[in-house]
Amino acid sequence: MFIKFTQKHEWVKSEGKTAYIGISDFAQNALGDIVFVELPQTGAKLESGKAFGSVESVKAVSEIYAPVSGTVTEVNSELEDAPELLNADAYESWIVKIELDANSETELDSLMNEEEYGEFCKNES
Amino acid sequence: MGKNKVIFEKSVNNRIAYSLPECDVPEHNLNKYIPDKFLRVNSAELPEMSEIDVLRHFIGLSNKNHGVLSGIYPLGSCTMKYNPAINEELAKLAGFTDIHPFIGDENSQGSLKLIYELQKMLSEITGMHAFSLQPAAGAHGELSGLMIIKAYHEKSKEYNRTKILVPDSAHGTNPASVSMAGFETVQIKSDASGNVDIDDLRASIDDKLAGLMLTNPNTLGLFEVNIKNIAEIVHEAGGLLYYDGANQNAIMGISRPGDMGFDVMHLNLHKTFSTPHGGGGPGSGPVGVSERLAPFLPCPEIYADNDGKIRLNYDMPDSIGRVRSFYGNFGVMVKAYAYILSMGAHGVKSVSENAVLNANYLMFKLKEFMKIEYDRKCMHEFVATGAPLKEKGVSTLDVAKRLLDFSVHAPTVYFPLIVKEAMMFEPTETESKESLDEFVEIMRDIIKEADENPEYLKTAPHNTSVGRLDDVKAARKPILAWNSDKE
Repeated sequence: MFIKFTQKHEWVKSEGKTAYIGISDFAQNALGDIVFVELPQTGAKLESGKAFGSVESVKAVSEIYAPVSGTVTEVNSELEDAPELLNADAYESWIVKIELDANSETELDSLMNEEEYGEFCKNES
Repeated sequence: MGKNKVIFEKSVNNRIAYSLPECDVPEHNLNKYIPDKFLRVNSAELPEMSEIDVLRHFIGLSNKNHGVLSGIYPLGSCTMKYNPAINEELAKLAGFTDIHPFIGDENSQGSLKLIYELQKMLSEITGMHAFSLQPAAGAHGELSGLMIIKAYHEKSKEYNRTKILVPDSAHGTNPASVSMAGFETVQIKSDASGNVDIDDLRASIDDKLAGLMLTNPNTLGLFEVNIKNIAEIVHEAGGLLYYDGANQNAIMGISRPGDMGFDVMHLNLHKTFSTPHGGGGPGSGPVGVSERLAPFLPCPEIYADNDGKIRLNYDMPDSIGRVRSFYGNFGVMVKAYAYILSMGAHGVKSVSENAVLNANYLMFKLKEFMKIEYDRKCMHEFVATGAPLKEKGVSTLDVAKRLLDFSVHAPTVYFPLIVKEAMMFEPTETESKESLDEFVEIMRDIIKEADENPEYLKTAPHNTSVGRLDDVKAARKPILAWNSDKE
């Protein structure tokens, strides 16, 4: 399983045709205490670059953009009652599990790896 | 005494405010008139208090409130100006308050004339062809305007036009209204000087373009200097331009959205035209359009007939329909009308001149000890950043909370989202130089505290009726109602 990042601070961990999506530690830190996570429904189609849900903190509401295209097979419903899990460990707390689309290989290739993302965040802060 | 107690906690068994005389008519059983299922079984448990205690309770609450009459209120983007008292006096006239909405246009010529003339005044101030005063708030005006854009494209059978471009500095209501109207939002970047990034705008245009929503001056308090160019690009691609009038207070009598090329706009009477914001309304968000969009305005249209009478026109086949019962929040219109008439053309222009002057004065003074995000002349508001304070462990939130200790309202914080640790100041034209200077000195002391006593800043406020509230707990586990069963 490997991890990739978007410029909008989502991460995607994938293995074969399955992937998990969440928000980065940088994102949770910038948002501050997260108080609500709006999740999509199981079966929802995600399109790369399009918003599929949102996270709400005390400061702001931010959309979550799909890093890759696919179909939601499971949502992390624990976040409904405990959105603070995203603050506690952004990389363990996935938001949705998806079945990747056929063309998602190229989408994954275009995302940043851990090192590139680290550099990217340095320029952001 | 009884500080911060809710009224139920002050209740004393069998205490009453007013004693009714003995009943001297036969008693009736309620069951005879009201079905059992509608009759209360348990007591309502209303607080039992004397009249003076009730009054003390509510006067006490009102004293804890901060309003523009208690101190400076530089809440960016909200235009918390002073609302002249004469507006209220006129809105209280019996001829306005006692009129029945079903009285018919023949018998309500005075009120209809006021609406008609206000439409005309707003058209003149903004350079739009026509206005409807129906929308009851700013976001309601946005939705109505977007519905007009949709109706326009559908009339020309261009059903493919589903995209509305919105700059990343926009008010959150813009993308929300776009979704409500059934469009899709596409975000446009801002360039280094805080204006719309023209390259990103060009790149976002295709045959799905329905329109662009723009606030000018934008939420950074900066004037979009490329507006003519932007209008051309959008119009050439077949899109319409929507003007968010939230910041109209900066440009009255100087430039007009209609002349800039905008096709649809809304105004916030409760911002620019000095009607109250309090308690969520009532507001008023008139929607204005260019000539080609006039047939799509909400129905009925209020117009002057050839005989001089003001009439209602329901024969509008292309109209988006009614967006509000009756004619909108009429009392608010009376106040805005009174304001415009008492200011006059010259006065309206000096409102904007002084709003811009006050904001620039405040910005240049604060620049002595704070970082201003975009270092250029601003319009009626500007954005400072608390980012340099972060190294001292102090955040924008701490500064905002500390201001409350000085009986000053905080600026808008953490908005616009594109500025880190944003603080958005809008002093408005109604603050004097003395009150601005006083505010600057308070800010200077607070910023100094970040060095000298950061702990005190981080635990502020200290002099208010309640201290630092737990925002996180309030959002995660809100308690929304008093529960008398509680211990």
